[in-house]
Amino acid sequence: MAVKLPLYLDNHATTRVDPRVVDAMLPYFSEWYGNAASRTHVFGRQAEDAVERARGQLARAIGATSDKEIVLTSGATESDNLAVKGAARMYRAKGDHLITVATEHKAVLDAHHALEREGFQVTFLPVDRRGLVDLAALEAALTDRTVLVSVMAVNNEIGVVQPLAEIGRLCKARGVLFFCDAAQAVGKVPIDVEAMGIDLLAFTAHKMYGPKGVGALWVRRKAPRVRLEPLFHGGGHERGLRSGTLAVPLVVGFGAAAALAAELFDDETARIRALRDRLWAGLQARLPNIHLNGDLAARAPGNLNVSFAYVEGESLLMGVSDIAVSSGSACTSASLEPSYVLRALGVDDELAHTSIRFGIGRFNSEEEIDYAIDRVVEVVTRLREMSPLWEMVQEGIDLRSVRWTGH
Amino acid sequence: MAYSDKVLDHYHQPRNVGALPKDDPAVGTGVVGAPECGDVMKLQIRVNAEGVIEEARFKTFGCGSAIASSSLATEWVKGKTLDEAAQIRNTDIVAELNLPPIKIHCSVLAEDAIRAALADYKAKQQSAPNR
Repeated sequence: MAVKLPLYLDNHATTRVDPRVVDAMLPYFSEWYGNAASRTHVFGRQAEDAVERARGQLARAIGATSDKEIVLTSGATESDNLAVKGAARMYRAKGDHLITVATEHKAVLDAHHALEREGFQVTFLPVDRRGLVDLAALEAALTDRTVLVSVMAVNNEIGVVQPLAEIGRLCKARGVLFFCDAAQAVGKVPIDVEAMGIDLLAFTAHKMYGPKGVGALWVRRKAPRVRLEPLFHGGGHERGLRSGTLAVPLVVGFGAAAALAAELFDDETARIRALRDRLWAGLQARLPNIHLNGDLAARAPGNLNVSFAYVEGESLLMGVSDIAVSSGSACTSASLEPSYVLRALGVDDELAHTSIRFGIGRFNSEEEIDYAIDRVVEVVTRLREMSPLWEMVQEGIDLRSVRWTGH
Repeated sequence: MAYSDKVLDHYHQPRNVGALPKDDPAVGTGVVGAPECGDVMKLQIRVNAEGVIEEARFKTFGCGSAIASSSLATEWVKGKTLDEAAQIRNTDIVAELNLPPIKIHCSVLAEDAIRAALADYKAKQQSAPNR
C-alpha cells in the first residue's frame, strides 16, 4: 500500500482528533449548545449532563475515585500553572520551598521561575544520563519547608517515564504534595493517581486524539484534601478553582478521547511500541554513528529521540520535508540554544544539534515507518557526504582535538 | 521556518560539494565554525597561475541556510581574483538568499570561510615562494 504524504510522526506535539471523538463532539456545537451552568432549561441541562459524563470518563482514565476531583481547564499549560502556583500560594504559610526537575516542560519550569520572583525557594533536580530523576537526591532535597514536588510522568522530548510511585511514596512520607504533569502520559503509559500517590495531575485532550483547547487538573479531595488558590476569578465554576464558561464540545471530546484511550490501551501501546522498535532497528541497521537520547526501557512506547552525528538537525528536517518530525537542534528554536532537555542529560551540544524526535501514534502504520526509515537513511547519507565533520572522522581525525573557531 | 526559493534550491542542488587536495600548494582551505555551535563550514579554492580562483568546493555541517550560504559562496568566488573574492560581504549573501535575521550568522560564517581559504592560500604561497 502506498504511503500517503505528508506523513505525520510528530505525535508529541499534537495528535489527529480521532473520528469517533469528532462524532461525539458534533451535537454539542449545533444542537445542544447550551451553557453547562444554565440549569434552568433543557439546553443547559443537556450540556451539563454531557460535561458530567466526560468528567467520569476522565476520572476513570487516571484511576481517580471521584468525578468531582476533575477541574476542567484550557489545556496542560493552564493546569500546570494552576497546580504549581495554586498550591504554592495556598500553602505559603506552611513553607516556601518547591522541588521540580530540570527536564520538566517549560510550563512547569517557568511557573516555578515566576514563584521564585514571589520569594519562593526552588530546587531544580538534575537527571542522570538516562533522563531519570535520582530518588536519593529528591529525598535529600526535601525539607520541613517543602510544600510541593513537581515531576512529569513522560518527558515530551525523550519520552522517559519517571518513577512516579516511588516519588509518591517519598512525598507521602514527608507530608509533601506531589504534582505530576501527565500531558504526554495518559493513554500511553499506566497512570493511577491512587496507586502512585499523586495529589495533583495535569493532562490534556490534544495529546490523546482529542481536540486542542481543553485540559484538566485532577485535584485530590481526600487524604489529603488539596486546596489551591485559583488563577482565574469569576463565576465560580469548577468548585471555584477555574471560573469561566466550559467549552462543552471540547470537554465532550476530551471525555470521549479518554474513554477511547483507556479502551484501546493494551493493544494500542503494544502496536505502537512495535512500530517504534521497528523504526529504531531499521535506522540502526543502516546508519552508523547514531545515538538514542534517553533510556530505552523506561520510555513511552511512541517516542524515539535520536542524534544523527555529523548531520545538523534542521538540515535533516529540510531533507525529509514530507515527514513531520521535530528536532532538538538550536536552529529550530528562536534562541539558537540546543534542547535544554538533552543538555540536562549530559548530551554534548554537538550531538544535541543533530537530534530528531519521532512521535509515533494511533494512526501510523508499518508501511509509514518503513518509508520514514528509507527517507531518513537517504537524507542522512546525503548530508553526511557533504559534512566536513563526517569527512574528518573518516580521515581518522578526533573532532575533540580540533581547535574550532567558534562564533 | 519558511525558506526562500533560493535557499531551497541551494539545499536541494548544492553547487560545488566536495573536497580539493588540501596539501596542494595551489589550494587554500578555510574551516570555520564549531560543532557545538551547530555549524561548521569548509571552503576550498584552487588558484591558477594568473591568480584567479578557478575551482571552489565546500562541505558544511549546519542548517539549510548555512548549506545555501556556503554553496553560494563557492559559486561567487569562482572566476574571481583573490582581491575580488575578498570583497564578498555577508550582506550580499543575505540579500541574494533572502535570509531572515536569525540566519544572518550563516552568511557571516560563509564570509569567514572565504577569508580563511584566501588566508590559507596566501600563507602557503609565502612558505613556498618559488612555485
